[in-house]
Amino acid sequence: MTLTRQEIEKVAFLARLILTPEELDEMTGQLGRVLEYMALLNEVDTEGVEPLAHAVEFANVFREDHVEKSLDREVALANAPHRDDECYLVPAVLGDV
Amino acid sequence: MTSLNRFPFDTSVTELLVALRDGRVTSQDLVQAALAQIERYDRRVGAFLAVRGEKAMDQAREVDRRRARGEKLGPLAGLPVAVKDNLCMEGEPTTCASRMLARFVPPYDATVVARLKAADAIIIGKTNLDEFAMGGSTETSAFQKTRNPWDLERIPGGSSGGAAACVAARMVPLSVGSDTGGSIRQPAALCGVTGLKPTYGRVSRFGLVAFASSLDQIGPLAQSAEDCALLLEVLAGHDPRDATSINRSVPPYREVISHRPESIKIGYVPEMLSDGVSPDVVRTMEEALNVFRSLGAEIREVRLPHARYAVATYYIIACSEASSNLARYDGVHYGYRTDEKAMLAELAEERRRLQQEGNLAALDDLDTALVRLYRKTRAEGFGAEVKRRIMLGTYALSAGYYDAYYLKALKVRRLIRQDYDRAFETVDMILGPVTPAPAFRIGEKINDPLAMYLFDLFTVSGNLAGIPALAFPAGLSTEGLPIGVQLQGPPLSEERLLQMGHLFQQVTDWHRRRPPLIEDSPQPA
Repeated sequence: MTLTRQEIEKVAFLARLILTPEELDEMTGQLGRVLEYMALLNEVDTEGVEPLAHAVEFANVFREDHVEKSLDREVALANAPHRDDECYLVPAVLGDV
Repeated sequence: MTSLNRFPFDTSVTELLVALRDGRVTSQDLVQAALAQIERYDRRVGAFLAVRGEKAMDQAREVDRRRARGEKLGPLAGLPVAVKDNLCMEGEPTTCASRMLARFVPPYDATVVARLKAADAIIIGKTNLDEFAMGGSTETSAFQKTRNPWDLERIPGGSSGGAAACVAARMVPLSVGSDTGGSIRQPAALCGVTGLKPTYGRVSRFGLVAFASSLDQIGPLAQSAEDCALLLEVLAGHDPRDATSINRSVPPYREVISHRPESIKIGYVPEMLSDGVSPDVVRTMEEALNVFRSLGAEIREVRLPHARYAVATYYIIACSEASSNLARYDGVHYGYRTDEKAMLAELAEERRRLQQEGNLAALDDLDTALVRLYRKTRAEGFGAEVKRRIMLGTYALSAGYYDAYYLKALKVRRLIRQDYDRAFETVDMILGPVTPAPAFRIGEKINDPLAMYLFDLFTVSGNLAGIPALAFPAGLSTEGLPIGVQLQGPPLSEERLLQMGHLFQQVTDWHRRRPPLIEDSPQPA
């Protein structure tokens, strides 16, 4: 499995990361080698095997649908990097800056 | 503290609790001893990211006062306990050893932290880890290196490197870690302490900062199986706030630790003692098998045919889950955020340049301000290993690759689980190595992620299968480094694993060996 810089750049965008040119080079080589190793799984016959997403296969867990006390707004906002009295603040979402 | 020896935490926790109850020692003595030991050695070891000196002393004073008044106290009353820094504690910074959470102060306690508080334990500090628990050497911590108390040039293992090192250096008697692919057992083995990864769901994960949710499990580290039993009893139990927590009663692990299970059959996998495994580890395994044989266990060979696929399977699944779990670090709700003004100026400059060049395609692809905020925040807040894993996981989950990687890994995961199910039809537990070699040198594998991942080959399958495993010291390498072995059992067999570990520790003294670091130091009179 060889990866191109372009592919890595696309994945970095999907992952909402920015890689420096050095990181991009390094990551292309390293991830390529790891994926090559992972191709080991191709030799396993998994025909008819059900995927196992969780070691303990749970049935759905339900609870009563009633309102419980949650964090006060002030407490919930306390760790926000940018906020006003009521809300988290972010840069403009629509349009140019 | 005349009734206790030079290193109070050489004494078993059971004895410490008796000494506390009888008034031969106070909680203040123990907390002071812990703080003194940290003061003396942690500058070199680097196990703690934060120490709650004054607050811990205040709590110790309060426990002593309540004891003097004859109040009923919790099962760990007055004992210093260390907590890995990926467990939320209300009002105390919880950093995950990441720049991303450097200033994050949780508004609530993880369930295990709440349980420790309810047990009247004194939380002495938060221990270092690989960033977001991603690593096997504690070298990916954004803040500091932790060194192995047995050899300061070597790694303590990881990701619970601080949690293991502080027990090894006798700074605390009890420590809480988390294990996603071996992160309790591997550092326990490399630092010469005992550590248990419980059955998936045995301990609530509420308030544990998520890495790979189908694999993460919290567990105890201590000097003995007996001490782990005591701590597990406090940590374990159903929690409505964790939908994956098992709703089954918690056995009195400590009380039943001395029960000798009848006619135990222990399996081992001969292939695990062959190629690529250091001769020291092979010898230690053979000696451990002999110890169990002499204790009356029947030893049998078993097969785990898919074990050789465990590392590939694990890293696909763990990274996929991590890429999803870490999507929450966006610079909006909490944690690090890039300098917004600088980011906006940079973006405007890029737009101007592209307009001048008339590069319409690139203009079209240019990030919106919000997306750029996410990307810059994450690029600056995460370290190299975390980025690597997010990238791997994103790739494995992306369109066109999902079936080949993620789905394929989930199928192999079932085969790995079935191997264990079959093995446990013929044996009660499986004894195996924890690592292919003793602790490696700091820096040795940091630039070779694949080599680092392959060091996990004996631990990751336990997480994939969700089964419990107890790691404990069973020998020293020719260079004098600790070597551990692990007992793995079927789901919810913690009781038996602890009993067999305890039995082993009744006839061996590997778990009582002290690292040379603290042996050599001059002690005050």
